[in-house]
Order: sequence, then structure tokens, then C-alpha cells
Amino acid sequence: MLDSEFMRLAFAAGAIVGVLAPAVGFFLVQRRQSLVGDGIGHVAFAGVAAGILLDVSPVLTALVAAVLGGIAIELLRSRGGAAGDQALAIVFYTGLALGVVLVAQAGALNVGLFQYLFGSILTITRGDLALIAALGAVGLAMIAVLYRAFAAVIIDEEGARVAGVPIGSLNVTLAALAAVTIALSMRVVGILLVAALMVLPVSAAARVAWSMRSTLVLSTAIGLASALSGLTISYYADLPPGGTIVLVAAGAYLVALGVGVVRGR
Amino acid sequence: MPLAVELRGVSFGYRPGQRVLEDVDLRLGEGEFVAVAGPNGGGKTTLVRIVLGLERPSAGSAQLFGEPAHRYSGRRALGYLAQRSTAGGDAPATVREVVAAGRVNGRRVVGRPSREDAALVAEAIERVGLTAVSDAPLRTLSGGMQQRAFIAKALAAQPSLLVLDEPTTGVDAESQESLAELLADLHSELGVTIVYVSHEFGAVEHHVERIVLVRRTIVFDGSPHDLPGLWHDPAHVHARQ
Repeated sequence: MLDSEFMRLAFAAGAIVGVLAPAVGFFLVQRRQSLVGDGIGHVAFAGVAAGILLDVSPVLTALVAAVLGGIAIELLRSRGGAAGDQALAIVFYTGLALGVVLVAQAGALNVGLFQYLFGSILTITRGDLALIAALGAVGLAMIAVLYRAFAAVIIDEEGARVAGVPIGSLNVTLAALAAVTIALSMRVVGILLVAALMVLPVSAAARVAWSMRSTLVLSTAIGLASALSGLTISYYADLPPGGTIVLVAAGAYLVALGVGVVRGR
Repeated sequence: MPLAVELRGVSFGYRPGQRVLEDVDLRLGEGEFVAVAGPNGGGKTTLVRIVLGLERPSAGSAQLFGEPAHRYSGRRALGYLAQRSTAGGDAPATVREVVAAGRVNGRRVVGRPSREDAALVAEAIERVGLTAVSDAPLRTLSGGMQQRAFIAKALAAQPSLLVLDEPTTGVDAESQESLAELLADLHSELGVTIVYVSHEFGAVEHHVERIVLVRRTIVFDGSPHDLPGLWHDPAHVHARQ
């Protein structure tokens, strides 16, 4: 399986995204923002369509659109007077509508678009991998540096606010981190499934972990294992890699649920 | 005595025309242990939020240690327990993780915890008597122990002002008494200014030096000994108004 370069590149990209997506998703899930990944994903779809229309890298335009969408959700929620789910819905549907219009303008309702919607990890190039590795490393480094502050806000937001922790800036940073993760992950599992890789491993880990830190570590381990085993299964069973990776993560959640029930949690 | 909190003519409403607080004057000296009591909906939590600079008064002024409360420069030394009984999020935060969150403040947002942080966290956990369960998930502990963990979180910040909003909600009578004794010990040993907010003040009445009754404005401010008998039940405050 690893004799082919495309599989080696796929495994490397899958491993990075498998770790990064749940690491960022951990903070979204704990802050009751599990569906933010979906909202940003639909804005990324508009970015992909814009890239195809303008004939520039769709990954780059999706990255810019996703970051803007993520920050828009946060600003609408915190300063625009919209409740969290309303802010998400506004950006979600605007992104989707914009994407549909731009795709029609570009005449791009074809296989080229589908690889972003459903993932195309087997077509990843060395250049793609370099971008995923570089931005993935930046994302993980930011999580390591800001972990304590994010954790303090999760545990006691009002207490953190009183202590002067800049909660607004942290929220915008988290939204931008989520956006970068989604833009990087869309080639691996696709825009439609990217949020699943941010949520399912975290939900599974929370069922069996014994602390916040162990939940984060277990989340990334489950994400990594889901990506690598999903790719392996899809290779031998001739299944779509993106969907298979997410189904493995869903299976991990069911197993964790069972373990939690047996342990009385 | 230097002032920790000074409110002058404070009025506040969450929307135009609403008066949650009206013409409140309050001065709390450094090192005082004060109970703020009154009926639910009487404005106690709003008063506390103004004291901490989380809300700005519609009229009047609020100062913390001589500075405007909303831009107080010493926020890292404010300890606050909002109305709650457990930590946010689904992840099972341990007692140590909850208390360690108290070491994060506006000037210490990034980076790893120092040895001093770890020592202060361990000391705060020991002070509230939770060392044996420091690595247990908070959600597995009783309501009283969870409140102790949040008090330890506030103590880890080495606070000059500790504000507790309804800390005994959902806590049994025995735990309420032991919580009151813990606060009295902290007050006498550390000299920290403590503001204890509750709709009833039974557990701390024997430990505080001063009781402030709030019902939109301050209707009583003095020693617990000066409270007329009926007024020990805050419900009677309204009847007397």
C-alpha cells in the first residue's frame, strides 16, 4: 500500500489533519460550538467556488473565506446581538448561497468541485502536503501556547473575564484556528464532513477520559487512528476515503459510549 | 481604612427606564468580611457585577481600590465565584485543573505554568481540604466540595478581593456551615476582603462583621447584632419597607 507515492502523501496529510481537527474541535465542543465547523465549511465552499471562478488556488481562496467566515460568526455572536445559533445560521446560509451562485457563474458543477465537497485525499500533491504541514504546525503550536487560557475560559468564563483574560480576542483566535483547520482538512475528508472530524473524536474521548488534558490527548489519538485506519480500509475495500475516515470516527464514538456505560458514566 | 470598593449614587438598568439599582452608596474597607443579602431579584448580583466592573452604572460611579472598576488595573488579584455548581464544558476537569485556571489572568494568557503556579495551586487545594481528591474529576464530587474547589481557584490568584455570589446554592446545611468557617479562617489568616452574596445569610451571619441588605437600594447596612429580630429573614425587609 505504501509503495505508491500518492498513498504515502495521503497518509501524511491524513495524519496531520487527524491530529489537528480534533485538537481545535476540542475547544469548540467544550464551548458548545460543535456546529461552527459546519458553518465555516460552507463559507469555505464559497471560497472554493471563487477560486475556480477566478482561476486561483481554491485552497487559498477557501482559506481566506473560511477565516473571514469564522471571524464573522464570532463578531455577530459577540457584538452583533445575534444568538450563537443565529450567527451560525446567517453565515452558514450566506456562504452556501454565495457558493451556489459562484459555482454556476464558473460553470464548475463537476468532478473538480466534488473533490472539495467530498474530499480527494488520494490526489494530494507534495505542494499540498507542504501547505498542510506548515499551517498544521502553526495551528498546533498556537494550541500549545494558548491551552491554559482556552481551558480557563471553558472552566469558568465569568471568572476569567473578571481576571482580565481577553475573552473576545481568544474567541476570534479560536474561530480563525477552526477556519484554517477546515481549509486544510477539506482535501482529506471534504467540506461536507470536515466538522465531523472536529467533533466525533472529542465526543468519544470525553466518554472515557479522566481529565481535560487527557480528553484533548485522547481526542487527537482517536482522530489520528481514525484517519490512518479509515485510509487503510478505504484502500483495501475500495471505499471513499473521506466518508470511511468519518465512519471509523463514528465507530470510535459508539465504542467509547459502550465503555462509558459499562463504567457507569 | 483604605477602601476596596466605593459606590457613589449608583443606579443601573439593563434597558432604558428599568431600575434594577437606584442611588446605591456603599463603601467597603480593605480586609472587611461583608455579607450582601436580599431577596431574589433584588439586585444583589447586579451590584456585584458593577463592583467587579462587569457592568457600568447608568448613573454614579464605581471604584475598586481607588480606580474606576471597569478599567481596574489589578484584575489578576480579583477572585470571583459566579452562581454555579460545576465547571463548564463536557470534558471531566479535575480539581487541580479547575484551580490551575485561577492562575490565568490578563497578564498571563500564554505559556506554560511555572513552578510558582504549581506550588500556589497545590497550596490553595490544601487550604480548602481537597488534596486527597485533587486529581478527581470535579463532577464526581459533592456540591460542597465543588464550591471549595472554586474557592481554591479564586485563592490561587492570591486575591485582594474575593466575591462569592450565592455560593451555597444546592449545598447541604453541614457544608454551608463548613464553608462559612473556611471563609472566616481565610479572612482572619490572609486578611482578604470578602463579599459574600446570598438571598439568605444564615451560615455566615456569625462570622461577618457587617451585613448589607439590598432591595433595589440599600435598606440596611450595619453589624449583624443591630439587625432587628424579624429582619434576620430577608423576606421581612420588604414588609418593613
